Order: sequence, then structure tokens, then C-alpha cells
Amino acid sequence: MWRVGTVVALHDETSTARTITLEVRDWPGHVAGQHVDVRLTAPDGYSAVRSYSIASAANSERRVQITVERLPNGEVSPYLTQEVIVGDRLELRGPIGGWFVWRSQQTEPVQLVAGGSGIVPLMAMIRSRASAGSTVPFRLLYSVREPGAVFYRDELQALSAEHRSVVVTYAYTRTVPKDWPRPPGRIDAALITDTTWPADFGPACYICGPTPFVETVANLLSACGNDRDKIRTERFGPTGERK
Amino acid sequence: MSSHIAYLDGNAAAGELSRVFAMDVTAAQGKCKHCGAIRRFAEARLYMEGPGVVARCCVCEHVLLRVVSARHGMFLDVRGLTYLRFDMMG
Repeated sequence: MWRVGTVVALHDETSTARTITLEVRDWPGHVAGQHVDVRLTAPDGYSAVRSYSIASAANSERRVQITVERLPNGEVSPYLTQEVIVGDRLELRGPIGGWFVWRSQQTEPVQLVAGGSGIVPLMAMIRSRASAGSTVPFRLLYSVREPGAVFYRDELQALSAEHRSVVVTYAYTRTVPKDWPRPPGRIDAALITDTTWPADFGPACYICGPTPFVETVANLLSACGNDRDKIRTERFGPTGERK
Repeated sequence: MSSHIAYLDGNAAAGELSRVFAMDVTAAQGKCKHCGAIRRFAEARLYMEGPGVVARCCVCEHVLLRVVSARHGMFLDVRGLTYLRFDMMG
């Protein structure tokens, strides 16, 4: 079933990523981690559908935020990040997915691992934790190309300053800030051991990013003793646009 | 093996499958007819590059399910699943 969302706000997260706030009149509410399918239809009837994770906290209000990364050869993302204006209407299907979700009733510690724009559904979990008043301790390991590519930077900083139980670690893969203690590089076993919950704490692990990233991190977490059943994953396609 | 081809996970098929299933499929547990593994559908490997969507078992890579949407209908082939078990509330 397709719903209509009206664009009510736009916000650039980075030079290539934009957050779109949609008001959806008949929105049934969502759970952190879910996604929506967005359908664009051209005047000649050709249509394209892409999946985007919901960035906003679980709520019963009629607003939904998605953050879209622009891909050079994308069919949909250039339109969503450059052409859409406030007042436009988009077709949406969702919320979708009941497995890659975090609910505020959960009590175990939470380990989030994001690769690039894989931060989006994990941010919905962090925001939901705050809005629900949950005291569950969260750790986020966020792998990103360079400092300028970080989404939600100020909000993450404020949340981790305000709530000591939200700990954020950045892993820069290409360029690091000045005086950064670790050289640029991908997430490896040492970083997993040093910054993620010990497996005997029984954390609920959520990994989101490109397929090879998710595979690597899931294997590293599993090698540290985390139960496979406690590791939930969401993968992006090679284009980053999940069809 | 088809590991050189990029795949997604079962989550990516949920929107399309929501057209025919009343309940969320990603959280359902499916049993692979080939190897007998029981996994959440969200854990399946999903291949979307072809004309349809193919979900393969994350353990043995045999086909679990195929979905092809055509102009006047959708074909749903679940030959690789012995069953799908949905958690019912209450």
C-alpha cells in the first residue's frame, strides 16, 4: 500500500547527503531500524523504487525522516538530494521490516556498528533510546571515510556528552582529524576488541553498511564470542541504493 | 558459489513481499528445504540484479524463494522453503 508523504523540511548532513522530513497523514508509527520504500514515477509512467532507512525516532507522530546519500549514477538519489523541495509529495511504502529493529523494552546493552550511510537506522535507535528515556547503555562504532562525511555529527556529540551511556567511536578509513590517535584504516579485530562490548555482556549487535563491511564486522564480532543470534545485519547494495 | 555477486539481505525484499503477506516476512523463521537450516528470513542472501528477486539460504546458498513482478501479476516461488513460521502475538 502506497502512502503519500509531503516534504516539510530538508537538511544537508554532508556535501552529498540530505535528510528529508516527510509528513505522512496516515502514518501508523514505526520502530527504530525499519525502512520505507520510496517510489518515483516519471510522466511517461516509468517508476523506480528504492529503500531508505528511517532516521527519526520511533514515534506515533505523522513525521518520518530519511537521510539519502547521493550516488553519482543513481536513478533516485540525485533527485532526492538535489531536486526535491519543501511541499513536494513522495510515494512511500512502509514502515517495513520487523527483524532489524531495536525496541525500547529491550534491556541488554546495545552495540551498533555503522559503515558510512549505514548510520541511518542506527541513529533511529539512538534517538529512540533518548526519546523513550531508556537507560540501556549503547556503544556506536562508526566507520566513515573522513571527518566531513560524518552524518548527525553535532547531535551525536551532544548525545554522547549528555548521556554517558552512549559512547561513540569513530573509525576513519581515509582521512583522520589532526592528532587522531589511530591511522586511517578499516575496522579490524583490535578495534573491535578495544571498543565494543565484551561478548559476555551479551550485547544486542546491529550492523549496517555495504555488504563486504557487514560481512567483515559480523565475522569479527562472532570471533570475539558474540552469539550469531545476537548479531543482526542490514546490507546496502553495491550502489548503496537498496532497490 | 555466487559470493562474488553482491547480495543484500532478506530485509530488502520486505517491501515487495508486503504486497502479498499480511505479516512481516523478515522476522519469520524459514526452514531451508535443502540443508534444513532454520533462519530468520532477514538473514537470507538476496540477489536483486536480475529481473526478479532471488533469496538464497545463508548457510548453503540454495534458492529459498523467488519473486517476479510482471505487468499483471506477481509470481512467488517458495520451492526452497519447507516452511515459514510467523510469530503470532498473544
